[in-house]
Amino acid sequence: MSATDTNPPLARLGRLMRDNPMIPLVVFLILLIATLEVMRPGIVMPFRGGRDGLISTFWVGNLIKFAIPLAMLAACQVLTMLTAGIDLSAGIVATVAAFVCATLSSIWGVAPAVLIALASGLTVGIVNGIGVGLVRVHPLIMTLGTGLIATGCLQVYQRLVINAGAEIPGFLVWLGTGRTLGMPNGLYLFIPFAAFVICLMRFTGFGRILFALGSNERASMLSGVRSWQVYLALYALSGLIAALAGLLYLGIIRQTSLSLANPLLLPSVAAAVIGGTSIFGGRGSYAGAIVGALILRVLDTMLTLLQMPEGARTALFGIIILAVTALYVRITGSR
Amino acid sequence: MDDLAVLDASGIVKTFGAVRALTDANLRVGEGEVVALMGANGAGKSTFVKIITGALRPDAGNVLIRGREARVGNPAEARRSGLVPVYQEPSLIPDLDVGDNLRLGDTPVGPFMDWVRELGVEDVRLADMISDLPLATLRILDLARALASEPDVLLLDEMTAALPTDLVERVLTVVRARANDGMGVIYVSHRFTEISELCDRASVLRDGRTVGDLEIEPGVEERAVELMLGQKLDLSHREGAASRGAASGASRLSVRNLSAGPKLTDVSFDLHPGEVLGVVALEGQGQDELFEVLSGFEKPTGGQVEVNGRPVSFSHPADAIAAGLTFVPGNRAEALLAQRSVRENIALPFAARPRSWGPLKLGRERERVRYAIDKLQIDTRAQGEAQMLSGGNQQKVTIGRWLATGVETLLLFDPTRGIDVRTKRQIYPLARELAESGAAVLFYTSELDEVALACDRAIVIFNGRVVDTIEASDADEQTLMRAAYGLTGTEAVS
Repeated sequence: MSATDTNPPLARLGRLMRDNPMIPLVVFLILLIATLEVMRPGIVMPFRGGRDGLISTFWVGNLIKFAIPLAMLAACQVLTMLTAGIDLSAGIVATVAAFVCATLSSIWGVAPAVLIALASGLTVGIVNGIGVGLVRVHPLIMTLGTGLIATGCLQVYQRLVINAGAEIPGFLVWLGTGRTLGMPNGLYLFIPFAAFVICLMRFTGFGRILFALGSNERASMLSGVRSWQVYLALYALSGLIAALAGLLYLGIIRQTSLSLANPLLLPSVAAAVIGGTSIFGGRGSYAGAIVGALILRVLDTMLTLLQMPEGARTALFGIIILAVTALYVRITGSR
Repeated sequence: MDDLAVLDASGIVKTFGAVRALTDANLRVGEGEVVALMGANGAGKSTFVKIITGALRPDAGNVLIRGREARVGNPAEARRSGLVPVYQEPSLIPDLDVGDNLRLGDTPVGPFMDWVRELGVEDVRLADMISDLPLATLRILDLARALASEPDVLLLDEMTAALPTDLVERVLTVVRARANDGMGVIYVSHRFTEISELCDRASVLRDGRTVGDLEIEPGVEERAVELMLGQKLDLSHREGAASRGAASGASRLSVRNLSAGPKLTDVSFDLHPGEVLGVVALEGQGQDELFEVLSGFEKPTGGQVEVNGRPVSFSHPADAIAAGLTFVPGNRAEALLAQRSVRENIALPFAARPRSWGPLKLGRERERVRYAIDKLQIDTRAQGEAQMLSGGNQQKVTIGRWLATGVETLLLFDPTRGIDVRTKRQIYPLARELAESGAAVLFYTSELDEVALACDRAIVIFNGRVVDTIEASDADEQTLMRAAYGLTGTEAVS
């Protein structure tokens, strides 16, 4: 503190960033995109005029398209982290939902398949909620456990439907790959979704209680909050969101596998943390997590362009996430 | 007894920030002498104990053990130089067995087992896990461990609290015998019966200063109470107390023979609408358990609680709130959402139940929060984060929460602990005003002068039971203090 106090402009900048944590995030995102343009001129700003305009809507659309499932899974992490929890089953739930939907569509039709896919996510979420809220298992262990159980169940299920083949529902493909006004169709689903999550956090009693539980569980109890009810609803919602993200991802990738969305899990945690959500609970913002997801996508593109071997890329990805988080914490003075 | 002092602490001064906890504390224990250390709540007793045992470093003064300056500020060093403390909470590691705990402190096993038997506990083996043993046994083990290390000075800090009577007797006998062999003993206690049985002298601390050294003789209790209070028996603040009419009608909250845990054994009282009922007790007499039960955090082990004539049983604070009992804990940190705004803190109960998880009714919320803030005159300059507020304002926020929702029965546990005088002076009239508007207030306070200022009458709890009921008009500090030390003859159960 004293170091910044001797330097008024810097201190003022620090305060500004603390009060508006979105500013450094957006600045960082723009810097990253600028670096990308320097590395590979023309990728972001083609200067061809005409078709793409000044900034390539194709590139931006692509960035957004792949960031959406990540940002949706990050919603699971932000919401659970508000109560000092985490949802490590989110990636597997997304995979399960996608796999179930693709295989059942060819047997029972699209509508039942989608419903059953969402229900499977909800089920895992409810089990998580019971474990965390009633049995009081630590969320990390609970969601890790249900994630493993879900993986096992998925493998058994695969044996059962092995001959049925897979069919990706048309509207998911439309959502995942189609474009309207230059932007991916998924964005038109995501905008209301993001608005819903942000309003849930800021303007509903449920959101208030999430923040309250994460800040001080005993104080919440003293005010009459039965925490198990909150955990049950929270993890059920998280499971549902993860399943929804899985369906959207299925439309983007257009193929199924037993580990389709699993690699998105850790980046979804990283996006939440980069976006300023505290893993200790009581502090967080979904808007930040969305920017965090975009940052991670740009970073990924950058590392792909460097044409590094896979191992080095993964390691570098980890280092950058740590550096960004450390820097962000330093700048905003948050945890 | 002997001229050589085994412990000599003189001129001890200690300040915490702006608070002077000790201004001139002195204690001298001769060889074979048992000295009681006494003082009312807030007199600086626990700070003094921490300094003697080396847990805190004094700002001035020194502690000599057998004439040698103990390297103060270091408990291990104090122990090595011959001073061994035994506390109310045994300092044994729960996840190790008895033998391992002994090995940690290099305690010789043979003498330890001898002392354990001597103290009247038979069925303890070295392989027993500490966490499996009852609290009373642990206290005895802790004492046996201390005795086995052959200390020059033994410090017993409230170690007989909630100990069964037969064990207390054994402890007193054994300690007395050791003292006769030359060990010095410092005995910190609230209990006159034990002090007069065990001790040679009593040293009294008031406002951080040692104010007297009393020989134990018949009638010493009166003298000790006087010393603890000082001569300032100022009764002027009691004006208005007499004008309060006794609350009438059916009782809002009726407690019968309530017991919980080892400390709360038998408490009965009635609380009426329109009344502020004080609860007076020395530390650890069962008042914590009483409030935990009434607020729904703990289940009673016996007895009955009735609200508006209907028996209730709470398994969660939400049940208590539904029955109209709202609790403000003494430790503000327990009730505050430190990182959230004043408004969110006050409005927290509004969103507690699932039916109110939908969109916030911001208009109504703003109105109710504004009402509570105005009523309590909460300073909202730093309302963005509750942790930025002063202690007094934080406490007001935790009370304001219930003003905003509407109060039926308010359980205030030491609401003025550690807050500034100005805020204190706002909290008493608030309690009165709430009562006058039909609420019932149960008001535990550790500061005796508050009883006359805020309450209609007070119950006094000693050793887990109600020993006296005192009207506000009679509630001068001396009467309360005597009652709190269990010095009133009759057990008047209201």
